[in-house]
Amino acid sequence: MPVDLERQRAVCAALRAFMPARNVLFEREDVTPYECDGLSAYRQPPMVVALPENESQVCEILETCHAMRVPVVARGAGTGLSGGALPLGNGVLLSLAKLKNILAIDAPARTARVQPGVRNLAISEAAAPHGLYYAPDPSSQIACSIGGNVAENSGGVHCLKYGLTVHNILKLRVATIEGEIVELGGGGLDAAGYDLMALLTGSEGLLGVVTEITVKLLPRPECAQVVLAAFDDVGAAGEAVANVIAAGIIPAGMEMMDQPATLAVEPFVNAGYPTDAAGILLCESDGTREEVADEIARIEKIMQDSGAHLVRVSRDEAERLKFWAGRKAAFPAVGRLSPDYYCMDGTIPRRRLAEVLRGIAAMEKNYGLRCANVFHAGDGNLHPLILYDANDPGQLQRAELFGAEILKLCIDVGGTITGEHGVGVEKIDSMCVQFGAAELEALHALKRAFDEHELLNPGKAVPTLHRCAEFGRMHVHSGAEKFPELPRF
Amino acid sequence: MQTNLADFIRDTPQGREAEAILRKCVHCGFCTATCPTYQLLGDELDGPRGRIYLMKQVLEGEAATEKTRLHLDRCLTCRACETTCPSGVQYGRLLDIGRAVVAKQVPRAGLDKLRRDTLASVLPRPALFNPLLGLGRIARNLLPKVLDDVVPETPSRARPWPLGGHARRMLLLDGCVQPALSPATNAAAARVLDRLGISLVRAPGAGCCGAVAFHLDAQDKALDAMRHNIDIWWPHVEQGAEALLFTASGCGVMISDYGHLLAHDPAYAERAKRIAALACDLGMIIEKEKSQLKQILISNPPRGKFVFHPPCSLQHGLKLKGRVETLLGELGFELAPVADSHLCCGSAGTYSILQPEISVQLQRNKIAALTASAPAQILTANIGCQTHLQSATRLPVRHWIEAVDDLLSEVH
Ligand SMILES: Cc1cc2nc3c(=O)[nH]c(=O)nc-3n(C[C@H](O)[C@H](O)[C@H](O)COP(=O)(O)OP(=O)(O)OC[C@H]3O[C@@H](n4cnc5c(N)ncnc54)[C@H](O)[C@@H]3O)c2cc1C
Ligand code: SF4
Ligand code: SF4
Repeated sequence: MPVDLERQRAVCAALRAFMPARNVLFEREDVTPYECDGLSAYRQPPMVVALPENESQVCEILETCHAMRVPVVARGAGTGLSGGALPLGNGVLLSLAKLKNILAIDAPARTARVQPGVRNLAISEAAAPHGLYYAPDPSSQIACSIGGNVAENSGGVHCLKYGLTVHNILKLRVATIEGEIVELGGGGLDAAGYDLMALLTGSEGLLGVVTEITVKLLPRPECAQVVLAAFDDVGAAGEAVANVIAAGIIPAGMEMMDQPATLAVEPFVNAGYPTDAAGILLCESDGTREEVADEIARIEKIMQDSGAHLVRVSRDEAERLKFWAGRKAAFPAVGRLSPDYYCMDGTIPRRRLAEVLRGIAAMEKNYGLRCANVFHAGDGNLHPLILYDANDPGQLQRAELFGAEILKLCIDVGGTITGEHGVGVEKIDSMCVQFGAAELEALHALKRAFDEHELLNPGKAVPTLHRCAEFGRMHVHSGAEKFPELPRF
Repeated sequence: MQTNLADFIRDTPQGREAEAILRKCVHCGFCTATCPTYQLLGDELDGPRGRIYLMKQVLEGEAATEKTRLHLDRCLTCRACETTCPSGVQYGRLLDIGRAVVAKQVPRAGLDKLRRDTLASVLPRPALFNPLLGLGRIARNLLPKVLDDVVPETPSRARPWPLGGHARRMLLLDGCVQPALSPATNAAAARVLDRLGISLVRAPGAGCCGAVAFHLDAQDKALDAMRHNIDIWWPHVEQGAEALLFTASGCGVMISDYGHLLAHDPAYAERAKRIAALACDLGMIIEKEKSQLKQILISNPPRGKFVFHPPCSLQHGLKLKGRVETLLGELGFELAPVADSHLCCGSAGTYSILQPEISVQLQRNKIAALTASAPAQILTANIGCQTHLQSATRLPVRHWIEAVDDLLSEVH
């Protein structure tokens, strides 16, 4: 779609009335680097990029766009994996990256008040001198913004024990599309009325723009250690996970990586992962020294009994962090194996892991593409990373078909398609399958209550009924629905 | 990442290298987190991922303008992004290629050109630089604020060079600005090595490693400087110099790249490779000999609190993160931890002169982080960082080898 130059000029002029010209980008050269987030297969340069420096500019931008009926897409750090921050060719991309101040740390109350562009990890770094940290740790935590975390309700390797973003925030300031600030949450644990803060969390920028977040901080555990266990057979690793849970242990984090993933990441972190193993498990225990010593011993034994050929315990804090650093770098590290990757997101019953991985291995042959797997073992969330080369015509399409077949397999073994990485544009058609017309209509009504003219991130997360109808027709015509067996919620 | 390079560059060695690098980037954005300019400015275009994208556009045939050039100019070449990148994207190499293409498409003019040309011709030549530096010192009260800050106070005095004569010999890269700005450094290196039974030899006639010109859009000039140095050093190499040692990590990074940069020059490729392989950071030599040194220092251990500023060229360029710190710790130095030690101090070669605003902000942040623990001295390993930091603090900022030499000179 060619840019409507007249409109672009008008919008820029309106924005420059209250923002310095250097923070309003519109030339092709300047806006193209903003054309995608962490999912670079989907690209669209925005008409205008606005870089506000404070909350009142955010409000003025929204007010202006509302008055001119220009759609707005919010962007944090652009690490999203579902195209949530994919711009619109006729819209404004509103970057929150300049709002990166930590406004206050209240150590006695164990809270921090931060702007939306603050990096997730920066909060924990700032809280560290007080012996505190912010618990949700998405693998992208070094770079992703807390505003983006709220918009995606992000989880991390420690969410098994400490919950998702929504469980770790207390209060939000949100700018509405009219440019007004509302404060949500903040009361005691159980405030009266609708929990609008929870509603906003995970709303992918469709309901409002988060301008300030008050997060909970937790005291650093006195002690934390990770068990690294290596298996010759990923099935045994899956069993080990189930055995840990069955023993009544709730690890602080439990993750699996298969051999292609460890091979990709080891040269980067030098964590000492055994790269000859078919798969490795990382299992963390935290708490008091005695608790940890006791739990680690139990975990070690379970791993051995489940057939691990090597079991190591992190010797010190540096090694513990290294073990996790490798897991957290796994997605981008596969860039060492292949120019592009397509990250899938499904949930499976833990005991079916081996079967699913075998299925994926068979598909690798069928599609002629490789696949590395990382697995949030604790909650059964599987991330197959399909490796492809975007320069080779047809490979992306093959990767997408491969992905669809993986998701189908997840459903077949009794799992679901999840949205840990959000729906964005990437999984929007799956929403048609998961939700019926009435539910989708309710979601749209909810959106209209916040955003009458559907200007905030339109076209993402919740498909239009029209789109679903098209999608349904397409699949019925081609003889099969994409996921006919998918449970409908 | 998908790529489609334009005809003008696709089939050249640079084009092939750039394409391979671009394709490795998976656009995850991790690198933005440790990029000093992105952290200050909060614009994708001033971070590594955005700069990679800007270069990709140019290499794919989009016309560059001053703006792309500005965003590339604002890059410190600190290469923190490389340390952070899990995918192994060699950003620094891509930048060398991208900058050269952009400089050709959008030639510099006016004051910008004049400033760069002057720096490129003065800094690498001690014969010109030394007298000018003297003038600068005398004239400091007359200088505009920006330049005033980059001309350092009188340097600390050098102790005498040892007599030498050991069987083990290493060649020293003299450096172009360091002997004038900090004559004590190389002397200290020679004295410490002398105690360890190694003679440090200088090769008269060798000049700047090439870094100054290389990063000022004068890559051809830089390559000539490299060839000249190779000619001067080669006889020493043939006579069995064990290593080519540098005390400024900024120069070290450049020399370690000789092999790569001259790979397409048949007359020099082999020797360049050999020289690059011989190049060695002073810290790594001392690391090998540390048990001897520890023995000597038992009778005179370090006292007081120090902090270490790891130059970007040391930690991100030469990938020696943490090594010198560990070494100093083993030698008995008490090093206080420093926040954000992965971030650049803003010196970055000639950056402090060309991008003063960003440079000063980074300098301020760095001094605050370094002085938070109230140390007695700031130690570092690169002349650029040393003078840049010194201009903003009263605490002594020195090459770490000088602190070691202090202790050794008290033990006889
Ligand atoms: C290597 C890698 C690993 C990852 N690992 C994980 C993981 O372990 N767990 C996980 O949950 N996710 C993970 N992600 C996905 C991603 O990092 C998260 O979704 C993150 O929360 C996105 O934050 P961001 O600041 O980059 O947001 P962006 O990508 O910029 O935006 C994401 C969405 O949030 C909206 N948005 C951003 N800021 C605001 C705001 N202030 N107000 C309103 N809406 C806003 C955008 O419109 C968009 O819809 C990973 C991504 C990568 C690249
Ligand atoms: S960290 Fe590496 S792969 Fe990720 S965006 Fe930066 S350069 Fe690209
Ligand atoms: S070299 Fe330094 S300044 Fe340049 S993009 Fe990388 S991290 Fe940023």
